[in-house]
Amino acid sequence: MSFVPHTSAERDAMLQAIGVASLDDLFADIPAALHLKRLNMPDGISELEVFECLAAMASRNRRDLTCFLGGGLYDHFIPAAVDSLASRGEFFTAYTPYQPEVAQGTLQAIFEYQSMICRLTGLDAANASLYDGGTALMESVLVAVNSTRRSRVIVSGSVNPLYLRILRSHVRNIDLEIVELPRRIGQPLDRQVLAGLLDESVAAVVVQNPDFFGTVEDFSDVAEMAHAAGALLLASVYPVSLGLLKSPAAMGVDIATGEGQSLGLPLSFGGPYLGFFATRQKHVRKMPGRVVGESVDRHGNRCYVLTLQAREQHIRREKATSNICTNQALCALRATIHLSLLGRNGLREVAEACLRKADYAKRRLSAVKGLRVLNHGPTFNEFVVELPRSADSVVSDLIGRGLVAGLPLGRFYPEAANALLISFTEKLSQARIDSLVTALEESL
Amino acid sequence: MIRYSKEHEWVRLDGTTATIGITDFAQSELGDITFVELPEVGAEFAKDDVLCVVESVKAASDIFAPVSGRVASVNTSLEDAPETVNNSAEDEGWICKIEGVDPADLQDLMDAEAYRAFCKS
Repeated sequence: MSFVPHTSAERDAMLQAIGVASLDDLFADIPAALHLKRLNMPDGISELEVFECLAAMASRNRRDLTCFLGGGLYDHFIPAAVDSLASRGEFFTAYTPYQPEVAQGTLQAIFEYQSMICRLTGLDAANASLYDGGTALMESVLVAVNSTRRSRVIVSGSVNPLYLRILRSHVRNIDLEIVELPRRIGQPLDRQVLAGLLDESVAAVVVQNPDFFGTVEDFSDVAEMAHAAGALLLASVYPVSLGLLKSPAAMGVDIATGEGQSLGLPLSFGGPYLGFFATRQKHVRKMPGRVVGESVDRHGNRCYVLTLQAREQHIRREKATSNICTNQALCALRATIHLSLLGRNGLREVAEACLRKADYAKRRLSAVKGLRVLNHGPTFNEFVVELPRSADSVVSDLIGRGLVAGLPLGRFYPEAANALLISFTEKLSQARIDSLVTALEESL
Repeated sequence: MIRYSKEHEWVRLDGTTATIGITDFAQSELGDITFVELPEVGAEFAKDDVLCVVESVKAASDIFAPVSGRVASVNTSLEDAPETVNNSAEDEGWICKIEGVDPADLQDLMDAEAYRAFCKS
């Protein structure tokens, strides 16, 4: 098959057929301020010159700083085998299969991924992955609304603010009310306020564990409350924490979603990332995305297929459960390799290391004058500290010392301008944590 | 009395209760049926509303209520054995029973002969 792009004559004929004057008109919905007018690079330069130009631009990003950033994306160690295996041409260059049964290797890898997500969450079925934790959470809300046919969703105020924004964008034009519980940084979910709002109009209660501020809770009682009202409990969870914490299934969660970046994906200044989605058997037919199934061919050999496709857009069109018709295959593959290398025990060790280091940091930071830890109760690998001045200014100062001290919460919550979310992974040695403490002591 | 709709559903009326399913012609067009999403017992439907969905290996088809009424019972055996619709579409593969049916609703539906002719066309 030759990959010859269409000629201008063909393009003009297509534009005429749909009644559009020019290609630019197709992008009219994107605000003019966001249109790329020209690249910051001269035309007709050599490959070497292009490389040097891009390298100079890239060097404006710092990759050498000790990273205490979190809030859903974490700087975990990734063994070299993940890169090495995921870079194999058979995996790296393949697109999402449209003649899936021909791509048995791809399907098997996805099947293994789905199986691991089920093991991690304790739930019955998982899909082949979604784009990221935020859209995965949004999809779980749509499943709950579809399943219960109710039009109200109660969301904890401690769910990732970006995920909330994604959710609100996606439901803007449908009849769905999102009720956000008041935010209490460092505190567990207020069961009384929730009880006051739970009634038969509620499709789902949405929580995050650990929450955006690092607090860890057992939501089993919230599951009971939700179920008593006929609503589902949806949880966004941090996969590394599942090496230690009570599983979503054990808590009574109906659909667990989350960001899989921590499982073998680099931070990469914004992506690509990985949304995982796991559910109870009951909701399998409403689950979005691709699903790989295991079957037997006519010779009795085990084989893999894409299954439950009647949910999907290419068959149901406007009645499809979601408009997604792909998955994050390469990212899911990396997660699968990463988890295989860790194994159940390895994942637990990573989780324990994160917990221990965060705990050590919390004790040392609590003793820093002018600084206050805001979290009551247990946390996993991150927590919020209140500083005596703007967190943005402290973070800027500490960059000069080679540290990205954390995520300033004022970015999302204007009233919390002095609050800083600090995260810890197994990569941080005691010396590096001590250097953060010293830097803060000296800077505050 | 048995009647057939243009959407290939059959209706058997006993008093004011109608048993509904898809025709043998429909099941052969659909191919191997993998799932029948049964309607909820107690749900009310108007004539021509979407009653439920039948999924096969190649399509998901809406099944339309040929009459108005309330779902009295559903054929739960289809949950584990959807292939019954292929094997016995107009007998054991019935989908649901609707009560409170007005016999006048069947007036514009076809009888067996008319339906056979309709399928041939």
